[in-house]
Amino acid sequence: MTVDTQTADAAVPVSKPGNAIWRQASRNPGVIIGGSVLLLMTLIAIFAPFLGTVDPVNIDPISRLKKPLTDWFLGTDAFGRDIYSRIIYGARISLIVGAGAAVLSIGIGLFIGLISGYFRMVDAIVMRVMDGLMAIPGILLAIALVSLSGASLLTVMVAITIPEIPRVVRLVRSVVLSIREEPYVEAAISIGTPLPLILIRHVMPNTFAPLIVQGTYICASAMLTEAILSFLGAGIPPEIPTWGNIMAEGRVYFQIAPWIILFPGIFLSLTVLGVNVLGDGLRDTLDPRLAKRV
Amino acid sequence: MLAFISRRVLATIPVMGVVAIVIFLLLRLTPGDPAAIIAGDSATEAQIMQIRARLGLDQPIYIQFFSWIWRLLQGDLGISIISNIPVSTMIAQRLEPTLALATTTIIFAVFVAVPLGVIAAWRQGTLTDRGIMIFCVMGFSVPVFVMGYLWIYGISINLRWLPVQGYRPIANGFGPFFERLILPTLTLSVIYIALIARITRASMLEILDEDYIRTARAKGLTETRVLLVHALRNAAVPIVTIIGIGVALLISGVVVTESVFNLPGLGRLTVDAVLARDYPVIQGVILIFAFLYVLVNLAIDLSYTILDPRIRY
Repeated sequence: MTVDTQTADAAVPVSKPGNAIWRQASRNPGVIIGGSVLLLMTLIAIFAPFLGTVDPVNIDPISRLKKPLTDWFLGTDAFGRDIYSRIIYGARISLIVGAGAAVLSIGIGLFIGLISGYFRMVDAIVMRVMDGLMAIPGILLAIALVSLSGASLLTVMVAITIPEIPRVVRLVRSVVLSIREEPYVEAAISIGTPLPLILIRHVMPNTFAPLIVQGTYICASAMLTEAILSFLGAGIPPEIPTWGNIMAEGRVYFQIAPWIILFPGIFLSLTVLGVNVLGDGLRDTLDPRLAKRV
Repeated sequence: MLAFISRRVLATIPVMGVVAIVIFLLLRLTPGDPAAIIAGDSATEAQIMQIRARLGLDQPIYIQFFSWIWRLLQGDLGISIISNIPVSTMIAQRLEPTLALATTTIIFAVFVAVPLGVIAAWRQGTLTDRGIMIFCVMGFSVPVFVMGYLWIYGISINLRWLPVQGYRPIANGFGPFFERLILPTLTLSVIYIALIARITRASMLEILDEDYIRTARAKGLTETRVLLVHALRNAAVPIVTIIGIGVALLISGVVVTESVFNLPGLGRLTVDAVLARDYPVIQGVILIFAFLYVLVNLAIDLSYTILDPRIRY
């Protein structure tokens, strides 16, 4: 680990102020609170087999629709499955989808944004395409993509990622447009640095701070979208316990067994809240320009 | 001015063009044979061929695209595979609940969010400000449908104040119509309020730093007048912009809210079409929603000159 950081330092000299910003971020209350919630949920997801009391897919018709705080901590659903265990396992899917969508959309958006920001010819076309994509409501695009390519964890993740890409491209592009005029980029060009190296070494590091902030927001909205897709019946296959699927199955029984929707809803809201608060904290410290605007 | 308007209107054409291409490619590029997917697992080869012919999928792809666009320009959105009703007729039948819900939500959200944002900016750093900002970040974090069920559980089931679900057309009387829109509006507007209030606060904070605000206060104007006439008017452009951008959020929320409250609107039509793989309807509804979004944002761009006379094109 220490070797890693040393080589990273050698490749891209990180100045003292950069480290100071990271230290400041780690003291921000939003980062601490949001980060702790996210860490807690990650631990729950990793240690799900030890925390869950019974098998989350175990069907027990005799004990169906049991109230919470009886023999079943958070009650049971219409098939007699333990809601608590299902929620614990569901944390895995939510976090995987959230993190996966964030990484995918930032990776793809970063690549398109760097190219688009640097080459005017490509830019005109790419930005028209992005404008068009942004005009299509994200959830509609996602449910159409999932239903047409067949529901699975991967298709859901990709379907959530695609509508998020235009925002990342716009963000990266706006950074590239201002950085390409900087003297150090001109200097790099003048000593004959090859273009890919200029983009990766001199331009790309400037996009990291805003991208980390954007990534947390994408993660939050991806977890919400995953639940909405399951809820609408166009999400991850219903046999996999996810927070969205637990709630979707509870729809019919809402009037007699509201806990089936309530508890996964609380877990989902808390996790998304944690990620959002983390994002706000990071934004305030890492990206003061954005902080002023929103 | 006229030149600006026509330029701005013309600029929507490439955007809608891209939307059309994306929607068209959606069916053609997704893995698997769309005709086979539509036909279902138990379909025979002949049935699949029939569907392929009906959707024109046996034609070369560019011919498919141009004939689809040509029919679109004539207002023909195609015919539903399931019900055999023209898609445009289906959309027209479902328009009222969606427009009603969207209108009440926008009005309610703006009337709540703008004062919240102004108060938060005015009382910056105080408990009031903190409280409003915490409400906003929570509004972003609770899924729309969970919010809907919380309202139903509290107001309809426990207190029995309002009907649980359903919709009555406005033609059958305003009372029953409005009664059934209250909870969906409250559900849908939370996230929209959060969004607008945050931008209002940020925009107001920037303006409250300006010299002319100090001048206005120095010459003894009441705080209300400073805030509403001097600050809010100048802070209006970002607020109106976010209302337009938020329409995308609103449309996604409409789809979910209509499912929770059983409203027979465009959102339900979309979900039903997606679950039934009724592709002409999916295409048509997405196209209409995207068109509405582009139109709203066009109207907002054009309104800048009225809101802020300093903006001249």
